[in-house]
Amino acid sequence: MKSGISAVQIPSSILTLVIGMVLALGGLWIGQNINLLPTDASLNAPIYDELFQVLFTIGTILFVGIVGILIFSLVRFRKKAGQIGDGVAIEGNLPLEIFWTAVPAVVILFVGLYSYDIYDRMGGMVPLAHDHMAMSESQDQRIWAGISSGSIDSGEVANVLSIEVTAMQFAFLFHYPDGDITSGELHVPADRPVTLQMEAKDVIHAFWVPQFRLKQDVIPGQPTQLSFTPTRPGRYPIVCAELCGPYHGGMRSTVVVEDPDEWQDWFQTNAKQDPALQSPETNPVSNA
Amino acid sequence: MTVALSPETRAPKQPLQPSGWLRYFSFSVDHKVIGLQYLVCGFAFYLVGGALAGAIRTELLSPVSDFMPRDVYNQVLTLHGTVMIFLWIVPVVNGAFGNYLIPFYVGARDMAFPRLNAVAFWLIPPAGLMLIASYFLTGAAQSGWTAYPPLSITTPATGQIIWILSVLLLGGSSIFGGINFIATILKLRRPGLKLMQLPMYCWAMLGTSILVVLSTPVLAGTLVLLSFDIVAHTGFFNPALGGNVVVYQHLFWFYSHPAVYIMVLPAFGLVSEILPVHARKPLFGYVTMVYSIMAIVILGLVVWAHHMFTSGTPPWMRLFFTIATAFIAVPTGIKFFNWLATLWGGRISLNSAILFSCGFIVNFVLGGITGVALAQVPFDIHVHDTYFVVAHFHYIVFGGSVFIIFASVYHWYPKVTGRMLNEDLGRLHCALTFIGFNLCFGPQHWLGLNGMPRRVAEYDPQFTLINQLSSVGALMMAISTLPFLWNVIHSALKGPPAGDNPWNALTPEWLTSSPPPVENWIGEAPLVEEPYGYGVPADQLDLASTSGPDLWSSGK
Repeated sequence: MKSGISAVQIPSSILTLVIGMVLALGGLWIGQNINLLPTDASLNAPIYDELFQVLFTIGTILFVGIVGILIFSLVRFRKKAGQIGDGVAIEGNLPLEIFWTAVPAVVILFVGLYSYDIYDRMGGMVPLAHDHMAMSESQDQRIWAGISSGSIDSGEVANVLSIEVTAMQFAFLFHYPDGDITSGELHVPADRPVTLQMEAKDVIHAFWVPQFRLKQDVIPGQPTQLSFTPTRPGRYPIVCAELCGPYHGGMRSTVVVEDPDEWQDWFQTNAKQDPALQSPETNPVSNA
Repeated sequence: MTVALSPETRAPKQPLQPSGWLRYFSFSVDHKVIGLQYLVCGFAFYLVGGALAGAIRTELLSPVSDFMPRDVYNQVLTLHGTVMIFLWIVPVVNGAFGNYLIPFYVGARDMAFPRLNAVAFWLIPPAGLMLIASYFLTGAAQSGWTAYPPLSITTPATGQIIWILSVLLLGGSSIFGGINFIATILKLRRPGLKLMQLPMYCWAMLGTSILVVLSTPVLAGTLVLLSFDIVAHTGFFNPALGGNVVVYQHLFWFYSHPAVYIMVLPAFGLVSEILPVHARKPLFGYVTMVYSIMAIVILGLVVWAHHMFTSGTPPWMRLFFTIATAFIAVPTGIKFFNWLATLWGGRISLNSAILFSCGFIVNFVLGGITGVALAQVPFDIHVHDTYFVVAHFHYIVFGGSVFIIFASVYHWYPKVTGRMLNEDLGRLHCALTFIGFNLCFGPQHWLGLNGMPRRVAEYDPQFTLINQLSSVGALMMAISTLPFLWNVIHSALKGPPAGDNPWNALTPEWLTSSPPPVENWIGEAPLVEEPYGYGVPADQLDLASTSGPDLWSSGK
């Protein structure tokens, strides 16, 4: 194939290289500059967004590249008027096939390891038994799934705000054991780890806060938990994400992330007047 | 009656099978008749499922629930999913094209078990009619096509039970079909035809049928247990009686993830038949294509729990299923690169069949990329059960399978009817479908990322505009069916005669008359050892009519 190509001036290898570079840089630019996600309001949301950016970049490069090759082929190799006869009889090319098996395999492996790392940083790999040990004797039930509070810097575990969530058709109920507060809205202070102990009474629901990038099913008969640290004060929607009946679409609530002082005020105003439970800074463990 | 007439001489006068148009409504055992029965019946249900989708998109035009009552909305979305999966895509990509093509491809005169084949088809109309009738009689099931307990136990029982019976019948039909395909491909090959000489669709159907036979019985068993929970108040999945709801999800997805490959692998096979014919080139990398199909079959059986990353799955399980799921992209990627390489350097006729196939490649690549993203646990935890997932799986099953169903109709219509379709109407159909589809489902990725859960009749008003955009796309898709219907009906009566082999194809179904006779060939079945023997060798190319890229693409 070295001889016989006279019509083309620039060697194809250089053209391919340039196209590849433009594609890679374009993908990186798009990944960095196009934001498809809502506000980030928890400690793990920026970590999630990092993963999203990487996947978005790789995805854009692959998609544009493949569609580009497809459109080029359709235009360049279309049957023109008056043309007869077939294309070239190529039945395969083993080195080429090994190449395009190996490249996706490496990319997939990289993405898999990277997302494992992200999940680890979000605390997903911490055994759920962690809380089980730390909690008082009332928590002797098995936690089936979720994200453990052990995920949040182990030094701070003592400071975790524990809230019980009950999901039912068609509402979430939040109960603060410390102050014996029951609320339909979730109030949490910014920058303090929160662990939700979740249980459903009737059917499966799912607790989702898009701005926290977190979701966990709430399953009857199988307590789950979800830990996060809110960062950005504001009001964010809590959405039920598992079909739970006719009013599923209306099963929504609000999480209010407040400055610690404001939250303290809210807590004091609503807490039952039991002196032993006055201090929200106290962990249930130390009370026990 | 005279004694002289023996039964043998009477037989030709009174054929066992009805002939003429009546045979399409009979218990025919001719694989071609059964294939068409599947196709037309499936398309009728597609129109029903499409009307249900239209109802959903109409409800979602506004952020409040104002078009239909909320429980009716849940019935509609349940019926839409069930109809589209079990009555349209699975029967058509497997039953319709499988029955029509597989006997030709293996050089047989019919399927291995013709009567079982007819039974498999005739389970479908009653099951489908029962399912749809349940809406008018008692109210249909309203727990989604996934029928997760405890919701499916607590919603009205009659509709749910009819749904279970219907899915059991359809699953039975699917299993009968799968057994038949495996037996036909492995045992009915004409003497001299080797496995590695079979057209790729045979391999796809072999892989698919293995999945059907291994996984569908699990779904059947699960639904039987679920029906016990509903009617006999047993406690398999009822937490109030000590049951475990997550076990249901494991069992359900053990079938329902492979179901995705049951819908998609046959489409992979069909596109492998269509591209070489119209690109005038051999299928690139036959052997690796076969191995990737089998790799998808094996991997497809061990990835089900990726549907349950936010459910009750422990961390280690989440990790295993992430890796297994993401690796399906490798054999799938091989297939896509091979199709691109098949097109590269060809003489591509830009007809409706090829355009729909290329639309499939674009849509499926996007669906595949979002699929790899969804396989990553941390990514999935945010978008699971949102419109991002809705967009993803419509890119796979509509952008993938349904596009290929249309491509196949354009490709095989001349064989089935003996007449050509109108290409201009076909290209219009393709353009409308492609634009409408992407307009409908593309924006839904954004909706999911930004907080819209799936299966809701009402939503946050900030999503109104994007939902309306999506509904406009759905309307375009509905309109795109009109030129198709007109084309198919009009051409059947008035289309120009196609001749036996209008595409100059080499696979065996083209080596007989159009439409083919009963038992497929008048004489002996042809032995096709090179089903993709298109193209001229690179050294015999006419240098005057060629250029550099033609030569580079020889890849040597």
